[in-house]
Amino acid sequence: MNKMGLEEYKGVFVFAQQVDNTLDGVAFELLGKGKDLAKDLNTEVTAVLLGSDVKGLADQLAEYGADKVIVVDDPELKEYRTEPYAHALASVINKYKPEIMLVGATAIGRDLGPTVSARVKTGLTADCTVLEIGDFPINAVAGQEQKHNQLLMTRPAFGGNTIATIACPDNRPQMATVRPGVMQKIAPIAGAKAVVEEFNPEFTPDNRYVEILNIVKAVKNTANIMDAKILVSGGRGVGSKENFKLLEDLAEVLGGTVSCSRAVVENGWLPVDLQVGQTGKTVRPQIYFAIGISGAIQHVAGMEDSDLIVAINKDAEAPIFDVADYGLVGDLNKIVPALTKALKEEIEAAK
Amino acid sequence: MKIVVCVKQVPDTKGGVKFNPDGTLNRAAMLTIMNPDDKAGLEAALRLKDQYGAEVTVLTMGLPKADEVLREAMAMGADKGILVTDRVLGGADTWATSTTIAGAIRNLDYDLIITGRQAIDGDTAQVGPQIAEHLGLPVISYAQDIKVEGDSVIVQRQYEDRYHEVKAKMPCLVTALSELNDPRYMTPGGIWDAFDKEVTVWGRADLKDVDDSDLGLKGSPTKIAKASDKVPKGAGEMLAGDSPEDLVNALVGKFKEKHII
Repeated sequence: MNKMGLEEYKGVFVFAQQVDNTLDGVAFELLGKGKDLAKDLNTEVTAVLLGSDVKGLADQLAEYGADKVIVVDDPELKEYRTEPYAHALASVINKYKPEIMLVGATAIGRDLGPTVSARVKTGLTADCTVLEIGDFPINAVAGQEQKHNQLLMTRPAFGGNTIATIACPDNRPQMATVRPGVMQKIAPIAGAKAVVEEFNPEFTPDNRYVEILNIVKAVKNTANIMDAKILVSGGRGVGSKENFKLLEDLAEVLGGTVSCSRAVVENGWLPVDLQVGQTGKTVRPQIYFAIGISGAIQHVAGMEDSDLIVAINKDAEAPIFDVADYGLVGDLNKIVPALTKALKEEIEAAK
Repeated sequence: MKIVVCVKQVPDTKGGVKFNPDGTLNRAAMLTIMNPDDKAGLEAALRLKDQYGAEVTVLTMGLPKADEVLREAMAMGADKGILVTDRVLGGADTWATSTTIAGAIRNLDYDLIITGRQAIDGDTAQVGPQIAEHLGLPVISYAQDIKVEGDSVIVQRQYEDRYHEVKAKMPCLVTALSELNDPRYMTPGGIWDAFDKEVTVWGRADLKDVDDSDLGLKGSPTKIAKASDKVPKGAGEMLAGDSPEDLVNALVGKFKEKHII
C-alpha cells in the first residue's frame, strides 16, 4: 500500500447523494457529523455533489453545514450507475485529496463506496454508528508509532453482537459509510452560502458503463418509519396480518405509525419498507412499542437508540426485555386493546 | 456459459448466539451456514444452468473447514469447487479479501461472476463490488432478478424506492439479494455426487497478479483499534400486574410521570 504523502490529505468530504435532483436526508446527516469532525481537525467540510443539472442544490448543502461544494454536473450522471459515479468520485478524491470521505450506507452508497475505495486504494468501514477523532493505537504501544488525529470508526459486527472500532492509519482518505438515521443533521442556517467549485473529470464511456433499460418506481403508500415520532412495531408474535389491526388502532390513538420485524415481512404480513433492523431501517422515535417481538439482535440493532422502549411479550425471558425501558409480560391480544382504550380515555380527558 | 459463484461460510446468527464464560463470542459452538445472499446467488446460477446450460464453479476463501459450503453447493448442483486457504491470508479486511478472490478468479475462464450482496457476519456489502473493481469488470449490485440475453445480462437492480432494469455485456459481476429466489435443497443423489466431485485447494502461490502487500492482515488498510462485546443497555423495569388492565394502568402511570401524556 502507498504510505507516502498522507499529510497532503486534508479536509472532511461528504458524498451528497441526490436522486431525481432531490438531496437525500443522509447527505445532511453526514454534513452534521462532518462538521464535528472538521472542528476537531481544524479543517473544513466539503460536500461532493454529483448529478445532472444539480448545481442549484449547493445552497441547501450550505444551509446544512457545507463550507464548500464540489459539483460534477454532467448528463452521464443523470441516473445512478456505478461507473460514471465511481469515476467522478474517485477523480474528486485524487484531485482534492481529502483526509476523510463519508458516504451514506444507502443502496447507492454501498455500491459506490466499495468501488471507489478499491479504486483509490484505501480502506472503507461500513455502517458506522460512531465516528470520532482520536489516536491509533488508542493506547500507546512500545515500538509502534502512535498516530494522532485519526478517524476512529465504530461499527457493529456479527449482527450486532460485537462492536469494533476501526482505524485506517496508513491510507487516505479514511472512508466510512453511515446508515441513514444514525447521525444528526444541524438545524439549517437560512441564507448560508458555500464556496462552489465545478470540476469536470472527463467521462469516456466503456463496457463498464451499463445501460439502463427501464426505471420502475415502487408505488409508495406506506409512511416513512424513519420520520415517525411514535412507532408501534409488531413481530411474529402478532400472529397474523389481520391481527395487525390491534397495532394500527394503538398507533392511531397516539398519532404513530406501524412498523415491524423481519419475520413479519418474511410472512408477507407487511411490506419491507416498514421493517426495522439490521436489514431494514434504523429508527429512533420518541417511543418504540415492541409488540410480540422477541428482540433478535438484528432487530435490536435498528431500534435500540429510541428514546423510550416499551416491550409487550408473553415470554418473560424474551431478549427484547433487556433493552426495554418498560416491560409488560402477557397476552398482547388483551394488553394492546386495553392500552389503546386507556390511552384514548386519557387523551380525551386531557382535551 | 461459465459462471463463478463466490460463497462464504458464516456463523448462523439466526440460530442464537453463544457466548464464552468471559463474554466473548463462542464461534466454535455456533453452527455455520452458507451465507444466505450467496446461496441465492448460487441458486440464480443453477437456474441459468438449467435454462441455458452452464458450468457453475463455486469459490470460497476461508479455513480448510469452509470446504463444507463447497460440498453443499455441489450437492445443490454446482460443478466444481475451489477453496482458497492459506495462513498468510488470515485477518484480511474487505480490501485484502477482494484482492485475494480476484487473484484466484484470474486463473479461471468466466462469463459471469455472482456474489451475495453481503455476508451476515460482517454486513459490509463491499467484497463483491471490490472484486469487480480489481478485475476491471462492470458491476451490478443488489440484483433482484437476473436474466441472460445473448452476450449480456439483464438485471433488476434494487434501490430503496425503485428498481432499474440494467443491461451489461458479459463478463460482468452481479451481487445477489436473498429476495432473488428460494434456493433449492440438496438432493440425496446430489449429496452422493458431491463427494465424487473434486474440491480444488489453492494457496497463496496460486493467486495470480497479486502483491504480498495486498494480502492478509498486513495488506488490510483497515485495522481494528478496539473490539468488544456489545454492552447491553441496562434492562428497564418490568411492570407488575396480575391482569392486562393492571399492566396497562401501570404503563399509563409511567407515561404520566414522564409527561408523555
